Amino acid sequence: MAIIEAKGLAYAYPGRTNHSIKDLSITIERGEFVILTGPSGCGKTTLCRCFNGLIPHFYGGKLEGDLTVAGLNVSEHSISELASRVGLVFQNPENQLFALSVEKDVAFGLENLGMPREEIRERVDWAIKMTGVEDLRDRAPHELSGGQQQRVAIACVLAMQPDVMVLDEPTSFLDPLGAQTIFEVINGLNKKLEITVILVEHRLDLASKYADHVIIMDRGKIILDGEPRKIFDSEEARLIGVGIPRVTRLYQFLKEQDVYLRKVPVASEEASQLLREVLVRDRG
Amino acid sequence: MSVFEGFKFRRVSSPVHDLDPRVKFLYVCVVFAAAVMFSELLPLILLLLIQVPFILLAGVQRAWLKSMRGASLLALLIFVMNLVSMYLYQGQILLEYSLGMTLRFLVLVESFSTFFLTTSPDQLSLALEQSHVPYEFSFAFTTAVRFVPVLAEEAQTIMDAQRARGLELERGNFIKRVKNYIPILIPLIVNAIRRSLELAEAMESRAWGATEKRTNLYVLKMRGGDYTLALISLSTLTLAIYIRLFLPIPSITTLLRL
Amino acid sequence: MIEVKDLYFTYPNDVEALKGVSLTVSDGEFVAIMGQNGAGKTTLVKHFNGLLKPSKGEVLVDGVGTKRASVAQLARKVGFVFQNPDHQLFCETVEEEISFALRNFGFKETTIKRRVTWALNLLGLTQYRQTSPFMLSGGERKRVALASVLAWNPEVVILDEPTIGQDYQQKETLRQFIVQLNAQGKTVVVVTHDVEFVAECSPRVVLMLQGKILAEGKAEEVLTNLSLVAQASLVPPQITQTFLELADLGLPTNVIKVHDASRILLNLLEVTP
Repeated sequence: MAIIEAKGLAYAYPGRTNHSIKDLSITIERGEFVILTGPSGCGKTTLCRCFNGLIPHFYGGKLEGDLTVAGLNVSEHSISELASRVGLVFQNPENQLFALSVEKDVAFGLENLGMPREEIRERVDWAIKMTGVEDLRDRAPHELSGGQQQRVAIACVLAMQPDVMVLDEPTSFLDPLGAQTIFEVINGLNKKLEITVILVEHRLDLASKYADHVIIMDRGKIILDGEPRKIFDSEEARLIGVGIPRVTRLYQFLKEQDVYLRKVPVASEEASQLLREVLVRDRG
Repeated sequence: MSVFEGFKFRRVSSPVHDLDPRVKFLYVCVVFAAAVMFSELLPLILLLLIQVPFILLAGVQRAWLKSMRGASLLALLIFVMNLVSMYLYQGQILLEYSLGMTLRFLVLVESFSTFFLTTSPDQLSLALEQSHVPYEFSFAFTTAVRFVPVLAEEAQTIMDAQRARGLELERGNFIKRVKNYIPILIPLIVNAIRRSLELAEAMESRAWGATEKRTNLYVLKMRGGDYTLALISLSTLTLAIYIRLFLPIPSITTLLRL
Repeated sequence: MIEVKDLYFTYPNDVEALKGVSLTVSDGEFVAIMGQNGAGKTTLVKHFNGLLKPSKGEVLVDGVGTKRASVAQLARKVGFVFQNPDHQLFCETVEEEISFALRNFGFKETTIKRRVTWALNLLGLTQYRQTSPFMLSGGERKRVALASVLAWNPEVVILDEPTIGQDYQQKETLRQFIVQLNAQGKTVVVVTHDVEFVAECSPRVVLMLQGKILAEGKAEEVLTNLSLVAQASLVPPQITQTFLELADLGLPTNVIKVHDASRILLNLLEVTP
């Protein structure tokens, strides 16, 4: 059963003549870890906003086509109804945290939903534990590093126990280690809690090893949609100008000279394994 | 400015910090009422002194002294102005009266400073919520407090960025200096608006406005200490009213002569 | 030339951000200052144009100490492109935005017009001359910020985290642009934690950790030293990691570029391209 189903989706922001997304159709299965990527301005952020109803309810205008997320038709349900099914983590960590302590921020969404206090307490403790921010519980957001803030932002969304978590370039402002930590946290939630993850990212070097589904967009349309390795190796991905992992590029250079690795690598551990096979075979 | 230091909340634990903010606010109101009731020196001195145990109990004496120091300039101004105006008005030098007005001001600063030093913005906002102030207001309050350090930092960054383009903020006549702040204000305002939009998106995405009956992770409960303070405050108020209405208050000069 | 001599710096909130940094950036060099967020990279480069003055030690720009010089004086030689262009943009048109610094530095109106046209051309912004900078996209605003700094032709150009939020193509364009700037004789200092970006340009790398310089040297030497890279909380380039894992098969340990890696492997396999 698909957790997200989009058919012929199209949208133009009010006041703009050109559509930000055009005739977009995708299917995402429950439990997938999806990477959504493409050049700046391709419509990735617009699509993310559709998933939780910010489009059309917050931004206005009309969302053409059909989009069903976790069983709810996005155009027919309010953002607050969708909020307990789909969570959205934004790019800038600072602008997602409003309270004066981590605890209160994580509780924010649940308080909005009018949950009873004991249940809020349970969920807050659970979300804080799952994202590893226990020792930051009483700290004010301004005292936290960017990486810590983003983990808290994920906890805030996790507390609402969504089926789907959408993250729009969450590591833009983080250093490589901070980014890696975030990907590991997200991957943990995906594998342990079966939360469907949609990650918008440019840093494919660090993120692609977690994905089992890749979607590449360009100019409002879906150009590639499917299995990560096949897509990263494709000619179209290169033409669109997506920053495929360096080891994948190495694989392509070797292929051009008729040197074939057994699989398409996306991470350095795999690449060294595959290269080892070829080098040892060559010597032997 | 050091006078602001005397009002900034510090995350420390003490019996006073843990008191219900609504009761502390009652205490401040009582002090306010009592201070306004009297212009004689004796009761005002008493009011000044009876607050000191609270300050010591809360352990905030250093910060509080800073606020008093900051207020001393204004206090001096009040003293001088009262002296001068009373002389011009009534032809007398009313030392005690002017001193009294100054003391009244200091008593108020003392109580407000103690309140803000021992009450976190979170507690304040909780107190507002539970006092049935619409949630939008307490949320606006907390969010503003939360972003003050962020905006301050951003202002500094913007100043640096423009100075790096040759903008000289310290040079020029008054008009030029004011104009030089336009390259600082415009980015600051534009970014504040952008930030508000991002915040709004995040709020919506976390079910803002889902229901009228918003619950809260924390609840303020009155405890023993709170009832005690409330009782003390109300008795003090009653006593003050009684004294004001029924007992004559000797002036300091009279007391000194005795 | 920029000389940093035993520089210490403490912020007003008593945080000691730099603890004895010594460094020389020669004319025409291309340097990448790397390290995790909070290592002191930006604090260091803000001393190059006088935005920050040393608490202890000294910083000399072309022999002149920065303590006495004003930011405006130093900025004339040392251009600083901030991370977020929205911290600078305030004018009604792109043209005015680029003219702003030129006016501050006292250029003649005729020169200003010429320089603005040149800068617009250089960054591909000519069609936006009369456009409001607020109407442009994120990438275009970054280019306007860059143009407004290059317009006054500083000898040194500092870029603070220029790759944040950029997609692959934008980073490639930027990389080629920076290399070209350097080839034209400008001293370029890039503050970044983007290891792959640095790997492709091979500048001199200065690694910082907690207010001190941890290591410096050629990119091929520093970025391939796993222990240093780990200490600085960075991640080594994918190619480097791959090759280091194959060191036992005799692969060289100082590879950071994909093209080099491919060439080496093909050589090893005796495949002639």
